[in-house]
Amino acid sequence: MRKVAIISAGLTKISRHWDKSLQQLFAEALDKALASTKISKADAIFVGNMCAQDLSRQNNLGALIADYSGHLPATSIRIEAACASAGAAILTGYMAVASGLYDVVVAGGVEKLSEMNTKYVTEALGKASNVEYELFYGASFVSLNALMMKLYMETYGVDRTPFAEFAVLMHKNASVNPYAQLPFEITLDKALSSEYIAEPISLYDCAPIGDGAAVLIMCPLEEARKYADSFVEVAGIASATDTVDLASRDDILLLNSTKVAAEKAYKMAKIAPQDIDVVEIHDTFTIMGFVSLESLGVVERGKTPKYVKEGVFEKDGDLPVNPSGGLKASGHPVGATGAYQVAYLTLQLLDAAGKMQVPSPEYGLAQNLAGTASGSYITILKRAR
Amino acid sequence: MKPLREVGIVGWGSYIPKYRVKIEEIARMWGKRGEWVKDDLLIEEKAVNGPDEDTATMSVEAAKNALKRAKVNPKDIGAVFVGTESKPYAVKPTSTIVAEAIGATPYVLAADLEFACKAGTEALQCCLGLVASGMIKYGLAIGADTAQGAPADPLEYSAACGGSAFIIGSSPSEMVARLEGSASYVTDTPDFWRRPQQPYPSHAEAFTGDPAYFKHIREAVQALLSELGLKPSDFDYAVFHQPNGKFPLRIARQLGFTKEQLMPGYLVPWIGNTYAGSSVTGFSAVLDVAKPGQRVLLASYGSGAGSDAFSFVVQDAIIEKQPLAPTVKEYIERKEYIDYAFYAKYRGKIILS
Repeated sequence: MRKVAIISAGLTKISRHWDKSLQQLFAEALDKALASTKISKADAIFVGNMCAQDLSRQNNLGALIADYSGHLPATSIRIEAACASAGAAILTGYMAVASGLYDVVVAGGVEKLSEMNTKYVTEALGKASNVEYELFYGASFVSLNALMMKLYMETYGVDRTPFAEFAVLMHKNASVNPYAQLPFEITLDKALSSEYIAEPISLYDCAPIGDGAAVLIMCPLEEARKYADSFVEVAGIASATDTVDLASRDDILLLNSTKVAAEKAYKMAKIAPQDIDVVEIHDTFTIMGFVSLESLGVVERGKTPKYVKEGVFEKDGDLPVNPSGGLKASGHPVGATGAYQVAYLTLQLLDAAGKMQVPSPEYGLAQNLAGTASGSYITILKRAR
Repeated sequence: MKPLREVGIVGWGSYIPKYRVKIEEIARMWGKRGEWVKDDLLIEEKAVNGPDEDTATMSVEAAKNALKRAKVNPKDIGAVFVGTESKPYAVKPTSTIVAEAIGATPYVLAADLEFACKAGTEALQCCLGLVASGMIKYGLAIGADTAQGAPADPLEYSAACGGSAFIIGSSPSEMVARLEGSASYVTDTPDFWRRPQQPYPSHAEAFTGDPAYFKHIREAVQALLSELGLKPSDFDYAVFHQPNGKFPLRIARQLGFTKEQLMPGYLVPWIGNTYAGSSVTGFSAVLDVAKPGQRVLLASYGSGAGSDAFSFVVQDAIIEKQPLAPTVKEYIERKEYIDYAFYAKYRGKIILS
């Protein structure tokens, strides 16, 4: 297998893009990514997207996007894996390059959630659950996460404060992220006193609904210099699955798909969890951020509240978490989220993250989840020398 | 749009029903914390019609107040327009009821106008045009609503009742506010609607904000300022449509108007959103206190969507006319609180067989 490099990343601001279509958003991100490379045409495009058929009444995104963005007749496929659609597109892009079948691959995601009202968006997103066993009974993702948060609070004897502290940090990080949907700081009091959505989850525990597209340009590592002046190496990449319904798991505070995929990715990259310098984790809700860190092995179980308070996850802390602001404050354009995470890490490892930059990272890890971690996609990037 | 002849307002008056329901009371009904809703909307309470009140009766009350100030013979009124989205009859005009009640019938043009929350300023625009052209001597323009908000919908916290009336004329000695010009901006933007047979409107949540309210008001006001060669600091007052407390504050800031210019016509925290009555009642409250020589901006917004913007200059006759009818402030202060049960009864939410 060939080693794979990411030579460029392109992102749109996450927002409610009332006036832009799915294909316009993706093309905007793709044009931005290609601008810093010597590439004009892709060999293949892998588009992560979850909700186009429900919220935009559009399928066949692969051809639509290849056509609109001027990349006909490239291979172009839409990939759906719920909120991890872009993570799955990146894994597919990696396989395409590593196998030798394609040289220049575009992997990314696009989502438009603002096309319909909240109840339709909630239903569309709820289809990432086991519909017969969860959504049918009214269990949306906010209520499933509320169950996890209640158990976490009871198991480790904490109140809502550490979760609110995490939200405050995410907003602080997002306030300097030019692509963030919620680029403003909040106070601890504001987070704690915000309206309950599903107790104990309140408004500021939740990622917002937004639109956006992010893409990565991938090619064989040994040919990267031919196409771009700077690049990063995909050092480890893996995915794993778990039961789709939360109730069938032995321990709902351990995301087994994340644990298994991360272990595989660490092994592939020949590193230990302690070697990771920066992470972008899938904090759809603050509780999901907590259990993600603990399932990745970068934080001991039950210790996240302590580390939040001690500032470990700050940009200049021992383990910077979501310097972008994460899903919580940067935004969660569902099927594009995994591409945003890897794009943010690419910028970090190229020392091109501007005010989001953490000090000289060597390794970065992105964790993209489907549903309540029924699927996990882990990507480890390494600074190229 | 600038008139060829002098035209303006010769009398104005409002009516706000006395019943109020507090935001906390509605929130209590639906398991929400009142403080959260109030922080979100910047509304304390809203005005509710009494059991025998509707858009027709409120329009008549407002028109009678306008006549007291205009001091004109109702038979000289050549047109009556009622702008509303809560007509008592789906088919049968409200304007004929009003025209008859004030004694303006039978030789009078009468019509109801509907454009969500913007119909009041359309009535104004139609009268200004007819009077300025010389086709009629006086015109009566009304914006009034008993607005619908579905139970538990976010709109239920704001949809309120009330309205204002304006008598338009062309005699400088009678005039309290002279029109300098107006501008309208309209697009097909489906942010809020109600289909036939539906009791409550539907809306597109956050889409009612930036691409709807803010864009249309911004464009209309900027077109007006550009046509008249004016800037925000040339105005003493600015009145915008008030669907909640936040939107008018934000559009004022975006356009470069100050809080001082906004506050005299900013009524939504105490009466809610009176839809077609909203911006025109803010304008009425400004006329209650304005001094000769002052300049007033009025900009409505109607979903669907559009905005009408006007610039008026206050005239000398206003001083003697201000005390002739109850002020908006007096109507706001005249209030009786009701609970959700009475609110539901007065708003017709309880269906009697």
